[in-house]
Amino acid sequence: MPVALFVPAGLGLAFLVLPLTGLLARAPWATLPQRLAAPGVLTALRLSLLTATGATLLCLALGVPLAWVLARVRFPGRRLVRALVTVPLVLPPVVGGVALLLVFGRRGLLGGWLDATFGVTLPFTTAGVVLAEAFVAMPFLVIAVEGALRAADSRYEEAAATLGAGRWTTFTHVTLPLVAPGVAAGAVLCWARALGEFGATITFAGNFPGRTQTMPLAVYLALETDLEAAIVLSLVLLTVSVAILAGLRDRWVTGP
Amino acid sequence: MTGTTTRTALAGAFALALALAGCAGGSDRPAPGESGAEVRGPVTVLAAASLTESFHRLGDEFEAAHPGTTVTFSFAGSSALATQVNQGAPADVFAAASPATMRPVTDAGNAAGEPATFARNQLVIAVPKGNPGGVGALADLTRPGVKVALCAEQVPCGAAARTALDAAGVALTPVTLESDVKGALAKVRLGEVDAALVYRTDATAAASQVDAVEFPESARAVNDYPIVVLRQAGNPTAARAFVAYVLSDRGRAALTAAGFQPPRA
Repeated sequence: MPVALFVPAGLGLAFLVLPLTGLLARAPWATLPQRLAAPGVLTALRLSLLTATGATLLCLALGVPLAWVLARVRFPGRRLVRALVTVPLVLPPVVGGVALLLVFGRRGLLGGWLDATFGVTLPFTTAGVVLAEAFVAMPFLVIAVEGALRAADSRYEEAAATLGAGRWTTFTHVTLPLVAPGVAAGAVLCWARALGEFGATITFAGNFPGRTQTMPLAVYLALETDLEAAIVLSLVLLTVSVAILAGLRDRWVTGP
Repeated sequence: MTGTTTRTALAGAFALALALAGCAGGSDRPAPGESGAEVRGPVTVLAAASLTESFHRLGDEFEAAHPGTTVTFSFAGSSALATQVNQGAPADVFAAASPATMRPVTDAGNAAGEPATFARNQLVIAVPKGNPGGVGALADLTRPGVKVALCAEQVPCGAAARTALDAAGVALTPVTLESDVKGALAKVRLGEVDAALVYRTDATAAASQVDAVEFPESARAVNDYPIVVLRQAGNPTAARAFVAYVLSDRGRAALTAAGFQPPRA
């Protein structure tokens, strides 16, 4: 066992954990209950949970089929499509927000048509927040599900097919249950990413309490005037994400 | 092949280092400051977002007047900048868009001396070119279907907007609260909102893309802009020279050209 690896490993751990302890050390514990009860906190938390869940559902509805196509269907340009799917992963989220504005904004490529035809405008709405979060989070789901599909034993699907099951029945009754842990893991990652989304949201959906001001936006704006409020909001966000990730990990994502 | 590339890169880096050393060594003649000390080296200025265009211009003029200085700006909402100063951001000068956002810095003892007011600014209604929302007065902003962007109340333009709206007795629900005035202006430029309350100077700077609608209530919410040298300044001599330049007649001329009003006598 190379001992030399322990030093950088320890430094890496400290680097990741130390900022969190800083958050705990500076937290205004004495006034915490009053600050948590402030109306803005609950509003932002509710909105964050709602939009992250909405974004995850949207990602599941579109991302699982997309992952299936990438894993199971051979077609020219598949590698290009896979590369395109991962672009939001490396794109700075604020660039994603600008791109979303240029497409779904009032004067955007699709947004103008949506507004004229259905009277639907997405910027500055809660639906806009969901869209921004889904844009940034979907690659996490697609990659996780595609990986699970590739790792799954396709003989079960072949067996189902030889027994007369159609493609749809095979997909819903054999493939999906087979990759359920992968889908769940992807959904958790996707949800966590959506919960923390900041750049695309503030760029595309703006900032208004109760409608588009999610927890990360509230933290950012609180920091400008009230450091303690920002710390409290950060603690709430930290607690929620750690609790949910820990809970779901035990149930669905079993590590070695 | 690889070796050659590495050597070339090293030679380049060496040449760059020499050039930098040359700069620092000081072959340029130093420009005298007010106190006679050398005014040179980098000056970092944290300034309200509404100062973006005018301070860039002032910075260029200052560098031309004092060879050997380089002015670097960071523009953001004044309250965000005040937080940065109080968290120890390495900066020499802070220019805010309101006394209220300067106060946390002076209260924390991070200002070297008293802030000086160098300009005043007031709000206009910025609308996309052609005014598609048909906005002519503050009261029009409450019409259904008219989307409005305001600054968040933490930042000076938001506080001024609140004062002006209260003075006019207009109860307005914006679609977004932006963290600085340029954010609100950007939503107008993109056509995502029908109007935003921004400073006259911002509307002037973006005159090719937005129209400005003046409204009488803005006279009730005029912002004083204070500037101060910071206690943590790494280059206090040049910082003082920059502040003096902003307060000088030439500085005032540049600010007036951008649409600012001179400070109250």
